[in-house]
Amino acid sequence: MKLNELYQTIILEHYKEPHNVGELLNADIESRGYNESCGDDVRLFVKLDDEKKIDEIRFKGKGCAISQSSTSMMTDAIKGKTIDEALLFVDSFKSMLKGEKQFSDEGDYEELSSLKGVLEFPVRVKCATLSWNTVRNGLLQFKSKENETTKVATTIHDEE
Amino acid sequence: MFNTEKIISDFPILQRKVNGGKRLVYLDSAATSQKPLSVIKAMDDYYRLYNANVHRGVYSLGYEATEAYELSRKKVAKFINAQTENIIFTRNASEAINLVASSWGRANFRSGDEILLTPMEHHSNLIPWQLIAQQTGAKLKFIPLIEPGILDIEQLPQLISEKTKFVSVVHSSNTLGTINPIEKIISHAHAYGAKILIDASQSVPHFSVDVQKLDCDFLVFSGHKMCAPTGIGCLFGKTELLDAMPPYMGGGEMISEVQLEFSSYREIPWKFEAGTPNISAAIGLGVAVDYLSSLGMYNIRQHEIELTNYALSVLQEVDEIEMYGPTENRGGVISFNIGDAHAHDVSTILDEDGICVRAGHNCTQPLVRWLGVPAVARASFYVYNTKEDVDALAASLKKVQEVFSFAAAK
Ligand SMILES: Cc1ncc(COP(=O)(O)O)c(C=O)c1O
Repeated sequence: MKLNELYQTIILEHYKEPHNVGELLNADIESRGYNESCGDDVRLFVKLDDEKKIDEIRFKGKGCAISQSSTSMMTDAIKGKTIDEALLFVDSFKSMLKGEKQFSDEGDYEELSSLKGVLEFPVRVKCATLSWNTVRNGLLQFKSKENETTKVATTIHDEE
Repeated sequence: MFNTEKIISDFPILQRKVNGGKRLVYLDSAATSQKPLSVIKAMDDYYRLYNANVHRGVYSLGYEATEAYELSRKKVAKFINAQTENIIFTRNASEAINLVASSWGRANFRSGDEILLTPMEHHSNLIPWQLIAQQTGAKLKFIPLIEPGILDIEQLPQLISEKTKFVSVVHSSNTLGTINPIEKIISHAHAYGAKILIDASQSVPHFSVDVQKLDCDFLVFSGHKMCAPTGIGCLFGKTELLDAMPPYMGGGEMISEVQLEFSSYREIPWKFEAGTPNISAAIGLGVAVDYLSSLGMYNIRQHEIELTNYALSVLQEVDEIEMYGPTENRGGVISFNIGDAHAHDVSTILDEDGICVRAGHNCTQPLVRWLGVPAVARASFYVYNTKEDVDALAASLKKVQEVFSFAAAK
């Protein structure tokens, strides 16, 4: 059944006990995403290490099982990546969520592949992409400031 | 008696199946209602048989179109016990509120004036007042909410004063179902010379509303929530107020004499109807009013009371459900949450069974914030809904628990 594929156990586990929840007071990047149609709201905090790798990432916000689990898994997956690696990864996974690219279940994608079920629910895709767009926006803003370690705070209103 | 079987057969869409052969259980009429065949046919007839612009052509087609358009205005006026010239056609309730806020507001608000609203307003009855307040220096005030989602009208004497120039209040809440004591609010407002607008978007479709008895200054509603098509709404306004207000938009149809540097305007209601209106939708609205009148607004209200009480009692039995809003004196709207499940997930799971409910903030963000939840799911009822629909909802909600039982068990 379609529903069982959407609400897989891993997704419900992440929904019930999301990873990397909280705020980072000394974050290098702060980014907020808002989905007007359902009221989902996510705030992401990223701390970089000396090599500009993602050292810590946390999130705050309330949302549906799809958006919460997607955010939780995203934070697990991009930790340790450089900004450019993270951006490539984000774009790659977004393509999968939009059905433009085959889902992978290897490596970083192992848990994330549980989100494959949203492909059957077009109106729910944006629940899954919200935090990915939000982190992407934050990382790009940071890059455009030429890697100065200043705090960037951005907000997107998710359209996708 | 209310013959729902017959009524259901009047609505072509209710005959269709969704999601692999499931019966369509449409529980989102507070967002927009379905349309009976008579309304669809009236619009079709206009385009097939007498499509022409209104108030322009001298030829008979143009005359027929104008007659049909103006007949709808008469029907709508009678429906809410107004005079015909006091009914202005707009696109929807939102446009009607914007018209009043802009036109009346710009002419009358001065810095320090107060506009009294409530925290349960639809965004449509909040943002237009925020905009005009920013432009004029007027201040917004709010009648506070108390449990279980009703207005604390004991506070009215402290909230309304000579400074209060305008009050705008929803008649029946699209999220809580609360029917507000607008008669009291209207008389308080008038005691201080304030003007008052009633957002009747969720009342005019569901029970009889009499603008003369209410003595409100303005009243607005949308056609699409009362069996009419989208793209047509109404503003009722008192003559002396409408006459004194400057036009909201300029263009054809609203003018009398036009010079290069200045113009004079037509009398109401046309002064506020610039440009070619949504003719077919207006005609559809007239037929929708006929349809509702044939069922009887009293009967519709009784049907919805019965259905709502039934739903409140059946849904009460669903584990972990939390329902919002008062238990009495409410419209056919029930907002709820189930345990930890987000309303969005609830809506997806119900949709698999062919059940349509709204999920989110229902365009009432401040109200949902007041409820202290991220979102709500909402079931709303209309003339074609039945106890079977409520039973289908209750049964499907059990599936929500099955899906989320893992989460609950942990
Ligand atoms: C109470 C209330 N006011 C205003 C509106 C706005 O109606 P519309 O979007 O048709 O302008 C709605 C509809 O959602 C409503 O329920």
